[in-house]
Amino acid sequence: MPRSVKKGPYIDLRLLEKIEEMNSRGEKKVVKTWARASTISPDFVGHTVAVHNGNKFIPVYISENMVGHKLGEFAPTRLFRGHGGKLADKRSKVR
Amino acid sequence: MARISGVDLPRQKRIEIALTYIYGIGRSRALEILESAGIDPSVRTHDLTDEDVGRIRKTIESGYKVEGTLRTEVSMNIKRLMDIGCYRGLRHRRGLPVRGQRTHTNARTHKGKRKAIAGKKKAPKK
Repeated sequence: MPRSVKKGPYIDLRLLEKIEEMNSRGEKKVVKTWARASTISPDFVGHTVAVHNGNKFIPVYISENMVGHKLGEFAPTRLFRGHGGKLADKRSKVR
Repeated sequence: MARISGVDLPRQKRIEIALTYIYGIGRSRALEILESAGIDPSVRTHDLTDEDVGRIRKTIESGYKVEGTLRTEVSMNIKRLMDIGCYRGLRHRRGLPVRGQRTHTNARTHKGKRKAIAGKKKAPKK
C-alpha cells in the first residue's frame, strides 16, 4: 500500500538540505546517510550518496531512473553467499 | 474470422469472454470496451457483424495497451528495475519472488521447477 498522497513523499530533511546546499554551490561530495527510508527526490540526481546498510556505507550514484525509489533499495542489507561447496562459491562471485 | 490485435477470438464463446483471450484484457475491460462500442456482451463471437468487430477493434486501439505493446512495456519496467540495481531488480535477476514472500518453502511460481541438489539425502521412508 503506497503512502498517502496528502502527506507527500518522505524525504529526509537533513539530507535534502545538504544536497540543496551542494546544488547551490555546484559541488559534488559523497554524503553519508542512515536515512534508508528516504525517497530519492529529483534534486539528488547526479550525486553520490553513501547509504548505510547496517555494516558499512554503500556508495550509490543516483541516476534519473532512481527518482521515486528509496535509498535503502540500493544498499542491500543481506549478503547471500550461497549454499554448499565449490559450486555456490562460483555463483556468488558472478553476482 | 474475428481477428483483433493479432489474436483469433474463439467463435463459440460470448464476446465478453472471447475478448479476454487478448493479453491485457480481462473481464472488466472486456465489458468496458463492449459498452463503449455499444455491443451486447452476451452475443456470440460468430454472430457479430464485421461492422461490430471493426468498432471493437477501434475502441481497443484508441484506448488500451494490449498484446505486443503491453508486453514490451512490462518487460521494459522489469529491465529498468534490473538496470538501476535496486532490491526489486536484484530479485528479478535471481529469479526469486520480488515482493517479500517467503522462499524457505514455496515460491515455485517464480523460481520454476525444483532443482535437485547434489548430495542431499532424501528423508528416509518409514
